Amino acid sequence: MSEILFHHTQTAHCESGVISNLLGHHGLKISEPMAFGIGAGLFFGHLPFVKVNGVPGTTYRIWPGAIFQRVCDRLGVKMKVEKFSSVEKGMAALDQTLAAGTPVGLLSSVYYLTYFPASYRFHFNAHNLVVYGKENGNYLVSDPVMDTITSIEPENLAQARFAKGFPAPKGKMYYPVSVPSSASFEKPIIEGIKQTCHYMLKIPIPMFGVDGIRFLAKRLKKYPEKLDDRRAGLYLGNIIRMQEEIGTGGAGFRFVYAAFLQEAAELLNKPELSKLATELTQIGDLWRTFAFAAGRVCKSRSANDVSYNELSEMLFRTAAAEEAFFRKLSKAI
Amino acid sequence: MKKEEVPQDKDNLHEGTFKQIMYAVDNSGNYVQVQSAGWEPENIALDQAWEEVNKRVEAARQKVLAGEVSPIAYYMEKNIMDLALLANYVGKFQWQVKRHMKPAVFGRLSQNMLQKYADAFKISIADLQHIK
Repeated sequence: MSEILFHHTQTAHCESGVISNLLGHHGLKISEPMAFGIGAGLFFGHLPFVKVNGVPGTTYRIWPGAIFQRVCDRLGVKMKVEKFSSVEKGMAALDQTLAAGTPVGLLSSVYYLTYFPASYRFHFNAHNLVVYGKENGNYLVSDPVMDTITSIEPENLAQARFAKGFPAPKGKMYYPVSVPSSASFEKPIIEGIKQTCHYMLKIPIPMFGVDGIRFLAKRLKKYPEKLDDRRAGLYLGNIIRMQEEIGTGGAGFRFVYAAFLQEAAELLNKPELSKLATELTQIGDLWRTFAFAAGRVCKSRSANDVSYNELSEMLFRTAAAEEAFFRKLSKAI
Repeated sequence: MKKEEVPQDKDNLHEGTFKQIMYAVDNSGNYVQVQSAGWEPENIALDQAWEEVNKRVEAARQKVLAGEVSPIAYYMEKNIMDLALLANYVGKFQWQVKRHMKPAVFGRLSQNMLQKYADAFKISIADLQHIK
């Protein structure tokens, strides 16, 4: 097997990180925040009916796979994407592609990725990583959220790729087949920003965007009367986890997006975007204050009205700040 | 968040061994990547999630020891699965898996079926039949 030189860079988030690392390998330099922004990764959604282990889901980003698709569409990258009906076929195709000298992006379940600390290994099926070779029978892995490159046994990788559940990765693998050597980012940036503004301000469903933050704020206020202490704590804990766990780059992706706006300000020569980046940084800090207070409430283990009321008020203020911010952003572009 | 404010609370289940990237601003206001060893709210939320898992595992273990349910119920919790996910792994309907959780039915399962459960939990059939 030919050896592939792969440059691993640690990033905050797996999807934008894999895009940045994979495209970089093919000569197209794009930072993680840039990929996140062009892919319109920023979002908010609270889905009380989509429960994971009995707890309502909250998301601070767009659904898995969307960033990837949009970045490729907007930059003119052609990807080969395959899914497989059997483990054998999926692993054989991976070996063949590696033998041809191409690093491969894979969708996987975190639960079977043995190189992660045990405390993070839940059944989360939409994790992205890059495999770039094989050594002593093990696969060489560049997992964007890991500090350094690592390796994994074929058996564990197969299980991670063919994990069951929702969404089932079905061995999904992908790699670029045609990458423009240089791409102009201007138009993709504008399209990305417009899309994010649209998703945050204009979806006529109350669970999504800025309205979604208010929707969560309303429900959060009622946790103490509707749920027992334990469940109220679990619901709240999950909101924090989605906001702060690996991949969010701090404060539910708000800082990552601010970093993108800074980069965009220079590329487009629009200093107002840089000002807006500073404003978003402050909003990110509002989210952090919320997480901090929410963590303390979780720890106290008692669902009293006062604390949940305060948390709810904090979310309403954050929603107002985000609404004002996205209105300005949509006008600035 | 300023660079110096990036949290380094190592008091977590992985003792700060896993460092994630966060984005923060430096003194001139530019965004940079900074490694973080952990942050209190995340540590609390993750602790809480595991405490819930462990509670469920222990409850299932007691039920198995009391002869109320088969070890499948215990291993399902231990692998952080729910009924839907486990059913998916062994290729059965949820009501069938539920039935297999009855000790009497579990005792009559074929080697083939036992193997499917053992594979789903990544253990041997012997371990599946006797929990520790």
